[in-house]
Amino acid sequence: MPDFGFSIKTARTENLDKVSLEKYRELLRKVPSFKRCFQCGCCSATCSAQQYTNFNIRKVHTSFRRGEYNLLSEELKKCMLCGKCTLLCPRGVNLRSLIMNMRQLLEEPVK
Amino acid sequence: MKIQVIPYNIFVIPFLVGVALLLVICLYKYIRWIGKFNKQQRDTIKKNWFSWKIFSAVWEMFREGLLHVKIFKKNFLLGVMHQAYALGWFLLIVVGFAESTLTMKYLQQENSVERVYQLENQGDWYVKEKGEGVIDELTLGNEEVSKINYKRPFYVSIFYRYFVHDVPSSFRNAHLFSNVMDGLLLYVFLGLTMAIIKIMYSRILGMRRTTRHTIVDRFSKFALWSIFPLRLLAESVTACLYGNGGFFTQTIGNLFDPMIVRGMEHSLWMFYSVMLSVFFVTLPFTRYMHIFTELFLIYFRKIGVKESNEKSGYTMFELNACSRCGVCIQGCPLDKELGNHKVQSVYLVRSIRNQERPGKIKMIADDCLMCDRCSVDCPVGIDLNAIRRIVRNKGTLDTKGNYSYVHENKYSFNAIGRIAYFGGCMSHLTPGITESMEKIFEAAGQKYWYMDKQRSVCCGRPLQQQGFLNQAAELREKNSDMIEKSGAVMLVTSCPICYRSFKTEYNLSIPVLHHTEYIDMLLKQDKIKVRKDDKKVSYHDPCELGRGCGIYEEPRSVLKRVTNLQKTRYQKDKSVCCGFNLGNTVLTVEQQTKICNASLKNLTSKPVDTVVTACPMCKKAFIRATNEYPVRDIAEVVAENLIN
Repeated sequence: MPDFGFSIKTARTENLDKVSLEKYRELLRKVPSFKRCFQCGCCSATCSAQQYTNFNIRKVHTSFRRGEYNLLSEELKKCMLCGKCTLLCPRGVNLRSLIMNMRQLLEEPVK
Repeated sequence: MKIQVIPYNIFVIPFLVGVALLLVICLYKYIRWIGKFNKQQRDTIKKNWFSWKIFSAVWEMFREGLLHVKIFKKNFLLGVMHQAYALGWFLLIVVGFAESTLTMKYLQQENSVERVYQLENQGDWYVKEKGEGVIDELTLGNEEVSKINYKRPFYVSIFYRYFVHDVPSSFRNAHLFSNVMDGLLLYVFLGLTMAIIKIMYSRILGMRRTTRHTIVDRFSKFALWSIFPLRLLAESVTACLYGNGGFFTQTIGNLFDPMIVRGMEHSLWMFYSVMLSVFFVTLPFTRYMHIFTELFLIYFRKIGVKESNEKSGYTMFELNACSRCGVCIQGCPLDKELGNHKVQSVYLVRSIRNQERPGKIKMIADDCLMCDRCSVDCPVGIDLNAIRRIVRNKGTLDTKGNYSYVHENKYSFNAIGRIAYFGGCMSHLTPGITESMEKIFEAAGQKYWYMDKQRSVCCGRPLQQQGFLNQAAELREKNSDMIEKSGAVMLVTSCPICYRSFKTEYNLSIPVLHHTEYIDMLLKQDKIKVRKDDKKVSYHDPCELGRGCGIYEEPRSVLKRVTNLQKTRYQKDKSVCCGFNLGNTVLTVEQQTKICNASLKNLTSKPVDTVVTACPMCKKAFIRATNEYPVRDIAEVVAENLIN
């Protein structure tokens, strides 16, 4: 298939029986403003790290929301905490707090 | 025969026990803390422990430990109160010591056996043959006494009035001394009265809110408060019985009936001694530990010991030097605007010192704007933000970051002889600032290199503030490398957050200027010409630029040249943070906006046309909060008024 620089994502299924959303619920308790997120992607659009690499903060917190924690820890280390996303978020989500709490939660073992 | 006379009464025992325990506990604590100093701090002490700085340290100990000059500057009444306690009590001890020493030396000169008989009959003096035990009553009557030696144990000056009733009238200073001592006691009472008023009506003393103290602190406080009335009562009763008081104690003593109070005298002195003892024993475990610790802290600070990123012995000295006076509460925007009365620096310091739950300490440390208002206000000069950074230090979470992508950046530039311009992340959200700066560079005919025009690497300060020290260091390394290799001669930045980082955390070989400093320099060198318009503007001091780096005058000098600068109520080091400071990750946007509105209210209390600031972060915050006033950056205001 020719490389257009973009592609259609392969279909995925999530088995909700196997996914534990415990960490996501804990995250919501710690950062209630995350409930307001409607995934517009402003955070990713303005991200300083995103200008260099394919780090995508929207993808990261969406994955977290779905309980897919693999590789997120390494991915989050790309964030420079500069705070542009927090300032730009139209829904007032405290993204810096979100990122730090995600890091904290990913360090902890799964309950 | 040589004899010794020693004043003694059972009531000195509690006092002596208290002093002994105080000494032992304090010594134990201080030695432990000094042992905990880290290597860098030890090296500094080894290098500088004896230098000319000791003199300035002693001077500051006198100014801050006794006179409390810094509190005076902040709040006159509060200064009077603290000074009355510290200086008043200190002088009571010093003058009391001088009084007892001089008087007893005089008695010794008299060398009369009659006086010894008098003392013997008083029952509170032991007459002792030199080298032997206590002499039984009046056995010395038959022998010739060649020398009488008056012993002066140190406690005699504390209970002086009890032990020395009748000083020969030939000693003229006696009356002067008793009056001076009474005056000093009155001075301490002034402080005591103000402290009681402060508890009930703190606003009279200019405090919006006072510190909530723990039970142990309160207990110790009441012990301290009872010492002086008890001393007054005891001295008055003694004055009533023997007429040896000054203008204050004698007057009160004359109100009593000698027949009634005779039996109370001893117990009052006992009470006084017991309360002193209680205060001394509780002192090392309460906020009163600051009395001695502040002196050590001043010494260590003067010889150049600095706070590190980990809790060290020096941190312990800082924590214990806090008197919990509550000055840090007054300016805190979280307390003032959000009604959050739990996270002020005084509570942080206390909870670390008392080793409270780690969760609670972390909560307090995280919920702070790091706007430096409390550090500037602190009369003890504790580096409060450094203590917050120590708690925020992330430890295990702080592995090396995943920033290899910034090194993949092949973006290099040959900027030999040019000025490097670093806009900073936030300036990308306020392109007006960077465009204006480019205009100014061009107008000044200055060749520049806009180093983060396409892609910016963060300066590392946000990570540093949140305790990711290794990751911040990684970003700093990248930026330093980029700047040093480019051959630029000067670094100009638009963002005060980056500016402080470049200035204090980087070790760059080239000068670093904030754009307000740079524009001020251009104007002073006549490299750019501006016209003056008559718009009224108020200037907001960004936390990181003003309190953080001490840049207050440059922006004002620039603004005075181009516009009509108005003064605001809270300005310079008292300016109110815009609420969006990167130091905080806990506040919600609503809370931040609330603080922002308070800051704006201060800026627009007088009629102004424009609100001017020097920070892209503050600018963005104000723009979000107001539609009424245009918000501009200094660079924009200058660029508008350029004359080509």
